[in-house]
Amino acid sequence: MKIGILAVQGAFAEHEAVLDALHIPYKEIRCMRDLQQTFDGVILPGGESTVQGKLLHELHLFAPMRQWIADGMPVLATCAGMILLAQTIEGQDTAYFATIPITVRRNAYGRQLGSFHTESECRGIGKIPMTFIRAPYITQAGDGVSILSTIEEHIVAVRYQNQIALSFHPELDCDYRLHQGFLELCKQ
Amino acid sequence: MENRYELNKQLAQMLKGGVIMDVTTPEQAKIAEEAGACAVMALERIPADIRAAGGVSRMSDPKMIRGIQEAVSIPVMAKCRIGHFAEAQILQAIEIDYIDESEVLSPADDVYHINKRDFQVPFVCGARDLGEALRRINEGASMIRTKGEPGTGDIVQAVRHMRMMNSAIAKVAAMREDVLYEEAKQLQVPYELILYVHKNGRLPVVNFAAGGVATPADAALMMQLGAEGVFVGSGIFKSGNPKKRAGAIVKAVTNYTDAQMIAELSADLGEAMVGINEQEIQLLMAERGK
Repeated sequence: MKIGILAVQGAFAEHEAVLDALHIPYKEIRCMRDLQQTFDGVILPGGESTVQGKLLHELHLFAPMRQWIADGMPVLATCAGMILLAQTIEGQDTAYFATIPITVRRNAYGRQLGSFHTESECRGIGKIPMTFIRAPYITQAGDGVSILSTIEEHIVAVRYQNQIALSFHPELDCDYRLHQGFLELCKQ
Repeated sequence: MENRYELNKQLAQMLKGGVIMDVTTPEQAKIAEEAGACAVMALERIPADIRAAGGVSRMSDPKMIRGIQEAVSIPVMAKCRIGHFAEAQILQAIEIDYIDESEVLSPADDVYHINKRDFQVPFVCGARDLGEALRRINEGASMIRTKGEPGTGDIVQAVRHMRMMNSAIAKVAAMREDVLYEEAKQLQVPYELILYVHKNGRLPVVNFAAGGVATPADAALMMQLGAEGVFVGSGIFKSGNPKKRAGAIVKAVTNYTDAQMIAELSADLGEAMVGINEQEIQLLMAERGK
């Protein structure tokens, strides 16, 4: 098994540390050359979605990666990654991969002073630590989207087909269960 | 409080692999965001102009900072003077995402830095070597950058600071545990921070390059030397084609080992900022705040 990790900007090294701990091989995706290998799943890390979205286009990664995801490749997307997958981004006319029928609100908890850490239930796993950094949340979820977790009535984790999208950062906490769930998808 | 400090360090982690750009107006902030900046630093004058104008330079007008906060969706940072905790309180009150306690501005206190543990918002501080970095972290900084020499367009000092930092980290990592106490004493830092560096072979917070980055090649150089991201100050808006140069530096930071790509990115960028050589500088900002 091999996982691709989008590494154009953001906290990709933290996901790599989790995969290292789980002894799962991975490669960073920074340019077109990196796409010339087969992956069993892809991770979209946290960071700034505006930067990542722009670089995906300019480095010509966008179309091939969108095709992978549309064709059913498992995806684990955290924070900015979730914004990349959302079909609609509030206040913006354009979206990025747009492969999950959800609407997201960027910086939904405000500026850095609104960042927080909590523990909450995640469907199929139980209580997990959740770290939100200038995080988005989901304001609308369409047909077929399964809601994995809500905090104070805001949706913060969903699964749609093979895509898992999270407002928070499991890679920052020493709890690997969400990654393990994603890796199970990749094995199938 | 511990929790807030963790969250503040984690915001810096999200900025990694990115470029933080100095901007002085909402229009420049928009250009920076569109060019791919992962954050902007709001300030009244860019360092090259501060250097040229002389005089005392202070925190920016909160109205101007608010204008920039409204113009962009990426994190907004702003500078306060070294030791000027009242300026920092103001920046916290307007919900800035990161405060840079910066040697670029005139220091307000020649002995004490701000007790950054008193604050909820995160701080980034400049450092020339491991001792300075760990002293700032002990005071509560959740991100470090090299000091370099701001407003010069000369990369030599940022390179020197990054190399000094890395070689000191490698040295501490290779030490016997029983000599770490003496090393902590020499560097004037707490033993626990030295122990962290010894065990992990890195700083306990994210470390960016700053001070003198003017070209995509400068950015790639700093990334290859171990920077986790880059601040660009005067280098962008003092150059001939800010938009194009900003975009090129962003891509050079992502693909910092891809010389072929950086060759293309470096072509046709227009004029780089003129720059001042180290020997021609009257004022060494890096000497401020140790």
